[in-house]
Amino acid sequence: MTGPAPRVVLVDDHGLFRSGVRAELGRQVNVVGEAEDVQPAIELITELLPDVVLLDVHLPGGGGQAVIQAIKTDHPQVRFLALSASDAPEDVIAVIRAGARGYVTKTISTAELADAVRRVAAGDAVFSHRLAGFVLDAFAASPPPGDLKPEFDPEFEQLTSREREVLRLIAQGYTYKEIARELYISAKTVESHVSSVLRKLQLSTRHQLTRWAAERRLT
Amino acid sequence: MEHHPAPWHRGPSWLRNRDGHGGPLRREQADRLGGGVAAGVAAWRGFNVTTIRIAFVLATLISTGYFVPAYVLAWLLIPAAGEDASIASKARSDTSGIRLAVGLASLLVFALVVAGALNDGWFSGWAWPQVVSVAGLVLIWRNASPQEQATLRHLAEPLGAAAGVTAGDGRAGRRSTLRLTLAGVLVVGGAGWLFSARESLDLLQPLGGVILVIAGVVLLLGPWWLRIARDLVLERQARVRAEERADIAAQVHDSVLQTLALIQRRADDPQKVIQLARLQERELRSWLFEGRAPNETDDLTVGAGVRQIQQDVESRYGVPVEAVTVGECELDDNLTALLAAAREATVNAAKWSGASVISLFAEVEPTEVSLVVRDRGKGFDPGTVPADRKGLAESVHGRMTRRGGTVTVTSAPGEGTKVSLKMPRAAAQPHPVSRAR
Repeated sequence: MTGPAPRVVLVDDHGLFRSGVRAELGRQVNVVGEAEDVQPAIELITELLPDVVLLDVHLPGGGGQAVIQAIKTDHPQVRFLALSASDAPEDVIAVIRAGARGYVTKTISTAELADAVRRVAAGDAVFSHRLAGFVLDAFAASPPPGDLKPEFDPEFEQLTSREREVLRLIAQGYTYKEIARELYISAKTVESHVSSVLRKLQLSTRHQLTRWAAERRLT
Repeated sequence: MEHHPAPWHRGPSWLRNRDGHGGPLRREQADRLGGGVAAGVAAWRGFNVTTIRIAFVLATLISTGYFVPAYVLAWLLIPAAGEDASIASKARSDTSGIRLAVGLASLLVFALVVAGALNDGWFSGWAWPQVVSVAGLVLIWRNASPQEQATLRHLAEPLGAAAGVTAGDGRAGRRSTLRLTLAGVLVVGGAGWLFSARESLDLLQPLGGVILVIAGVVLLLGPWWLRIARDLVLERQARVRAEERADIAAQVHDSVLQTLALIQRRADDPQKVIQLARLQERELRSWLFEGRAPNETDDLTVGAGVRQIQQDVESRYGVPVEAVTVGECELDDNLTALLAAAREATVNAAKWSGASVISLFAEVEPTEVSLVVRDRGKGFDPGTVPADRKGLAESVHGRMTRRGGTVTVTSAPGEGTKVSLKMPRAAAQPHPVSRAR
């Protein structure tokens, strides 16, 4: 990758995890600060204005999305990568919808994490296989029978078949490069499909997404 | 009461079967049925407890119910064995309990007035003294020791649920003044109507008065009774929360702490440690995020089947399996075959590919279910599979094609293997079953 190592702030309530990530990532990115809760994180990020914030989905003082919401209006250039041991789809989707550029699980390898941080810093979206599954699930939630007339802009509220295909391959553990080879497109195109999915997820007002989340909560 | 009574002569055993303990009268907790008053009296003077109980029942019958409040009062005023203070002394400071007692008693009075207006049978003679009993029981319920409360719950809960527990201060405002006036008018008007109707023997007419009285009393006391009921619900919710917390503690102990202990003992075997950690992680995840108890048998869905494959392959071959399921539906015969084929493909990948991780992706669509098993291992040339390696050919291919499914195997040496399985759903529904269970 070109350019200097991205400046990173770690936000996670587990000190052990922060020091572990810092030790492992230290050589590949520039970790400039750590915070363990929502309010300190907001202050630290406003002060340091890092390139990327590695953000735990679950924080004691209100969850990761509280940090994103507080920062993103004033400092849209700060990018967030959600990182979590959580598996609850609605939590993950909530953080993505708040504005995170991607989501990876804490079991990710250091090399992959460093790569993900660099890609988010470069403005790309990073989908782990799990997030891809959640997104497919959320968009696939079938409309109730009888609700045939969509109240939303169908082009914007649905995934294109190409986007769906890309997500499926990500869910199967493919890297972007492998997807490009599989679908005979360039890695850049894969990237743009993923970014477009992310945009749809964040801007969608589709009530289906909320219904999907509500259904999940009932399980 | 005599503290040191002269020893009585022993009577027949149905009357006396032991000597009294000679101490002050206490309610006996050991063999009580209700408040332990009978048992207490029996122990105090050495009577046979059954005889005392029969005497109590007879007293109740002869006094047409007036003995019951006496019993309740005794329950309130006599301390339990081993305790110094009576329930009544504790109840004195329980203002909301007193309010509740009065509330319930008033409810009963109201009911009796209505019943009395409709018929003047023997019932009301029995029921009037219970106004005091109910009030006493409420005070006992709120102030007794937990064991006694448990007994009382059986006795008082139906009543309590009907009327509830009071709390809060009656914040008088213009609305409540209005309510009071209106209630007064209705009650007085209704009562007047009732009185005048007594003269005529028309049976229907008093009903109108009764309805007015009921409306008045409901208006007067209804909000209060409602608040009482709400408080009861709140109490119950608090109890449920406490139970949940205990559940979680038990769960964490049974699973996480046990696994941590195992990991410490197997610290010299990294492979085993990873396996244990993954097993525990999966269990905890499914419990936390899918509301599934660790040893609960899976319901028969595609997602559950995929999880089962993941679990079995991971624990048997020690290769991590990353499983993603999109959508969910129940299994039919076709899908059971699909899962069996997927299991075979996953086991194959775990055994032969040498990959460090296998990915398993299932997607439920309205008319078919697709499943992809993929690894980044050695791969092979599909054209040169020896004939004796029947696994893929028979187990996967045969199973799928027999039921109208398709198999696509993509592999090349050094590039890993991908097995794509597609199976139509037997009872294809217009929409996949949602994940909500």
